Amino acid sequence: MFVDFFFQLRQASVPVTIREYLMMLEALSRGASDNDVDGFYHLARSAMVKDEKYYDAYDKVFDNFFSGAMHDTDDLFAKVVPEDWLRALAERTFDPEELAKLQKMSFEELMEELARRLQEQRGRHQGGNRWIGTGGTSPFGNSGMNPAGVRIGGEGGGKSATKVWEKREFRGLADDVEIGTRNIKLALRRLRKFVRDGAEDEFDLDGTIRATAENAGYLDIKMVPERKNRVKVLLFLDIGGSMDSHIRVSEELFSAARSELKHLEYFYFHNFLYERVWRQDRRGYNEWTPTWDVLNTYAPDYKTIFVGDATMSPYEITEIGGSIEHWNEEPGEVWLRRMLAFYPDAVWINPVPQDRWMSTPSLRMTYQLMSGRMYPLTLEGLDEAMAVLRKGGPALAKH
Amino acid sequence: MKFTGTDTYIATEDLMTAVNAAITLERPLLVKGEPGTGKTLLAQEVADALGRPFFEWHIKSTTKAQHGLYEYDAVSRLRDSQLGEERVQDIRNYIKRGMLWEAFASKDQAVLLIDEIDKADIEFPNDLLRELDRMEFYVYETQETIVARHRPAVIITSNNEKELPDAFLRRCFFHYIRFPEPDTMERIVEVHFPDIKKALLKEAMECFFSIRSVNGLKKKPSTSELLDWIKLLLAEDLAPEDLREDSTKALPKLYGALLKNEQDVQMFERLAFLSRRQN
Repeated sequence: MFVDFFFQLRQASVPVTIREYLMMLEALSRGASDNDVDGFYHLARSAMVKDEKYYDAYDKVFDNFFSGAMHDTDDLFAKVVPEDWLRALAERTFDPEELAKLQKMSFEELMEELARRLQEQRGRHQGGNRWIGTGGTSPFGNSGMNPAGVRIGGEGGGKSATKVWEKREFRGLADDVEIGTRNIKLALRRLRKFVRDGAEDEFDLDGTIRATAENAGYLDIKMVPERKNRVKVLLFLDIGGSMDSHIRVSEELFSAARSELKHLEYFYFHNFLYERVWRQDRRGYNEWTPTWDVLNTYAPDYKTIFVGDATMSPYEITEIGGSIEHWNEEPGEVWLRRMLAFYPDAVWINPVPQDRWMSTPSLRMTYQLMSGRMYPLTLEGLDEAMAVLRKGGPALAKH
Repeated sequence: MKFTGTDTYIATEDLMTAVNAAITLERPLLVKGEPGTGKTLLAQEVADALGRPFFEWHIKSTTKAQHGLYEYDAVSRLRDSQLGEERVQDIRNYIKRGMLWEAFASKDQAVLLIDEIDKADIEFPNDLLRELDRMEFYVYETQETIVARHRPAVIITSNNEKELPDAFLRRCFFHYIRFPEPDTMERIVEVHFPDIKKALLKEAMECFFSIRSVNGLKKKPSTSELLDWIKLLLAEDLAPEDLREDSTKALPKLYGALLKNEQDVQMFERLAFLSRRQN
């Protein structure tokens, strides 16, 4: 009966495999959990979900599956639901104050009341199996522990004994939300390119053994230079007005990049790339550098990362004089193309959530100019971006 | 036998389910969670509760999977051979058992902790797949296969610094320890400090959770920090009123145990300054 559940999980892109499904069944048949929905919820989760970022998706599927499974059975409430669940349900539904008030009722009376309410509810919402009370004096209202409303569960009854899955407490754990300096550093580490050069100051064990053997056992010590990360990176950061809401995460990216990459050169631009970029942050205008100088100074083996939301008026990209700050002799897109031609290993990292990209014209244009090498500023996005930079060469545009 | 927490360790229901499922099926249990939520302690407590021998294997960035199985000490053997020692004849004398081997060889079913598996190289979990799956491995030097007498209960912790390979994850049960809710937290504190006065506990918990709820903290205080702090409060014999004695200050007394980052402390001072100005 859980095969559907398994497929629903897979549909919700929780990466669960048959092996894990079988593991869950085996655990279930060997009585590894308490024999109730709660126990099953926890057991199936620990067997089939291997990352907390999928907990939320799991909760949704679980809720959906169990309300669906119970939906058709009309008298499930009368026959199936054990008394213990209902008792637990009542305890969780009422806050202590209400419980005290209701103490006068016997358990049977209480349950009768519950059943009566559920019947009424069913009459009112044909086909609906969700019932959200609205507080007040109703014993089954949402004045209990759950501010989002306690679901009595209609026909299901027992399935709402805890409703952990309904609270969706793991909503924030999806990994495209949390991003911290340390995680960014780990992502940037993928850019490493180790080279040995400089003074020979490290003992070379393998070399020594080989040389000693060739020397008929007479010790011959070999040294090698230390391994160093020689990847070179040019970072261009947008500090235009629309970036204000992304400042924190951009700062984190910047500070991680600065501590992780030894050969890092960084410049700021405003909205889009034109004939000059700035060195000083907070738009310190005096410190600008002609973009031509950047191209002449740093060799094409530099990996280039643009960070910006690419959200602006399309004229700022396509038109001469389109910049909102000064008169630009050449349109922004010419500059971006020029840079991309010179630095073949380049990516654009965008703090705007990916699902909004295609609805902003300027963003779409930038995406096309980058031939698809634009990645969201999330851990996954950074990982992908770094992988592309490492492999080198322009990537094929994704559609 | 079921694990239901111990006198010194409060386990939530979902954690108990995961632990018991892993023990019943004799499969590894992977535990993740915020720092200070008792991931490492769990294994020790499971071993204590079930009365099993306990082995810990702490992983560092340089740890190799082989270290958990055995190490062959070629250098001592070379030295002994120069000195003409008898024991040089038997290679077994130079094979040092790793923690996994010890756990496999244990007379009773053992509990093995593999702590902070994400610290090791990215390939490390893959190198242990067969060993954890079949609970056996091959010793090349002596050409024998070591098979576990009893499949040990393996508890693995991770701080999420690296993604673990899918093949590895498929073989484990998984549990994410959430930050405890206030009432669970109260039970945890009471387990550690049974004599604490209710009033002080209540006040301390309020302070703690209000500090945690502030957005933008670099390092949120965790359970272990709360416990340290309460220990200090008890040592100083502070009364509940002392904690909030000065309402102009945003931070309670002895906050050094809770906040370990000076930027966080400064932020609280700024907040206090703002609230004073508003009054």
